[in-house]
Amino acid sequence: MARVLMKGCEAIAEAAVRAGCRFFAGYPITPQNEIPEYFARRMPEVGGTFVQGESEVASVNMVYGAAAAGTRSMTSSSSPGIALKSEGISYCAAARIPIVYANISRGGPGVGAIQPAQQDYFQATKASGNGGFEMLVLAPSTVQEAVDLTYAAFDYADRDRNPVLILADGVIGTMMEPVELPPMKTDEEIAAIKAGKAKWACTGHQLDYANRAWIQPGQWNTQIMQQENEKAAALYASWEKDVQVEEYLVEDAEVVIAAYGVSARIGKSVVDLCRAAGKKAGLIRPITVHPFPYAAFDHINYSVCKAVLDVEMSIPAQLVQDVRMGVKGRCPVETCLCSGGNIMSREAVLRAVDAILDK
Amino acid sequence: MEKIYSRTTTIQEDKVSGFCPGCMHSTVVKLIGEVLDEMGLVDKAVMVTGIGCCGLHMDYIAYDTITAPHGRATAVATGMKRTSPDSLIFTYQGDGDFASIGLGESISAANRGENISVIFINNGIYGMTGGQMAPTTLLGMKASTAPKGRIAEEHGYPMHMCEILNQLTAPCYLERTSCNTPQNVIKTKNAIKKAFKNQIEGKGFSMVEIVTSCPTNWGLDPLDALDFIEQKMLPEFPLGVVRDR
Repeated sequence: MARVLMKGCEAIAEAAVRAGCRFFAGYPITPQNEIPEYFARRMPEVGGTFVQGESEVASVNMVYGAAAAGTRSMTSSSSPGIALKSEGISYCAAARIPIVYANISRGGPGVGAIQPAQQDYFQATKASGNGGFEMLVLAPSTVQEAVDLTYAAFDYADRDRNPVLILADGVIGTMMEPVELPPMKTDEEIAAIKAGKAKWACTGHQLDYANRAWIQPGQWNTQIMQQENEKAAALYASWEKDVQVEEYLVEDAEVVIAAYGVSARIGKSVVDLCRAAGKKAGLIRPITVHPFPYAAFDHINYSVCKAVLDVEMSIPAQLVQDVRMGVKGRCPVETCLCSGGNIMSREAVLRAVDAILDK
Repeated sequence: MEKIYSRTTTIQEDKVSGFCPGCMHSTVVKLIGEVLDEMGLVDKAVMVTGIGCCGLHMDYIAYDTITAPHGRATAVATGMKRTSPDSLIFTYQGDGDFASIGLGESISAANRGENISVIFINNGIYGMTGGQMAPTTLLGMKASTAPKGRIAEEHGYPMHMCEILNQLTAPCYLERTSCNTPQNVIKTKNAIKKAFKNQIEGKGFSMVEIVTSCPTNWGLDPLDALDFIEQKMLPEFPLGVVRDR
């Protein structure tokens, strides 16, 4: 199939449409406005619905409603907007409603900075809302990967009846790259997906007390609440099989860069520069940042590795805590950080690598 | 012998109501069920409940239901109706839900003219959480968070949702009813029926505001609560059709 040149945000939206997403609600916030704008143009062409909500809170709840009625549905936002959506996302997780949402994240707490950053790692991977629920969190490092992961996210969401988060940044969101788009789901395929949810979706059922659809984002009964939490925990434990990670030249590496998203892309180019100069660098790039690929760090040869270098566009460092859990003290973990909307430079990473190798 | 009245099919027979004695939620839930039965809409009905006492009947009704986050019912209903236009989507919300925390969602859904029906229960107080001040609490009326009573200078005035929504162009039907007398119960049932009929006919946003009692948190026995509705609530919240087009 021919490749097309697309901006990251628009490619995410088109991938969602092709995956059968037929409802999107969102609220304007930079740097992700191209996602709702694209859906506003595109949804009428495919018989879908776009709604500009009056707020992030309303938008995520519209998506909760549409998904609860059986339609593949999506929302998107950026950091403070994602914080506002956390209530609705928690409800979707509690009620086991499949939705997909994207965070094109910002550069700090509060209103932050609109430039590219990776400042929402903890929010995305540890506590995206109240109640201790978990989600698959997918972190693309190219526009193509953003397309592929968004397309797959809808299948994961439906499989698990759980929200899935696409965690990206302003580089991935606003950069244009050639992409190969996945096949468009046919109307018949989309109808079959919806029909598969008919038992639990709230669209009206024949009078039958036992089999009506009752979507409950909580329980009165403490025993049932515990059982629901136990079922959710079992689901989260089953995600070990879904871990995705890129390991690049790790086996003989004397320094291993650990990074995700755009930082990993920059890190990988540093690895290539090092190898061309005869310096043994490698890269571990979590693609699922939750569940985290801790096992990848067992593939490092700690008899030659001097340190793992955590590279992220976040101050304070956040990813580093998971990296330390993967390394388990087998070598030092150093950091190379920038923040506030400043993009990681190859030179800074190269200097940090050299500093480790020169020790 | 001719059967002239029977229990609604929409309330499960083996379940017990969670409502307090004298609470009019049970009256309204029964009316909704009767209307669904009479209009043949039980198999199309989806109730979006708010948070609070308005969710206490989820356990024993027979039609589809989903709980929205506090105040967000009209947003959830928007997503449902837009993607499932053949379903009958109605919200069931109290005054804290619809008129306080959900005010933005309520006004915005009304302003878009969403083709949904809102059943809004106005009893002037937060019930489930124990009698705190609501946006519809009367001046001078005591609440656990307004122990000296609602004071205009400090708390503002009771909010009139029918009249507020009547400022918008899109809504098609706004009516305030009560359940304090048999006549008003019949009027409430007819108003619910009209709100559902409007949705079936694609006319857009309908809202029925029902002035009800909360004997428990008003500190009145159920019969005195009926007098309180007549003497205090209805002068502040006059009954009638505010808009019908």
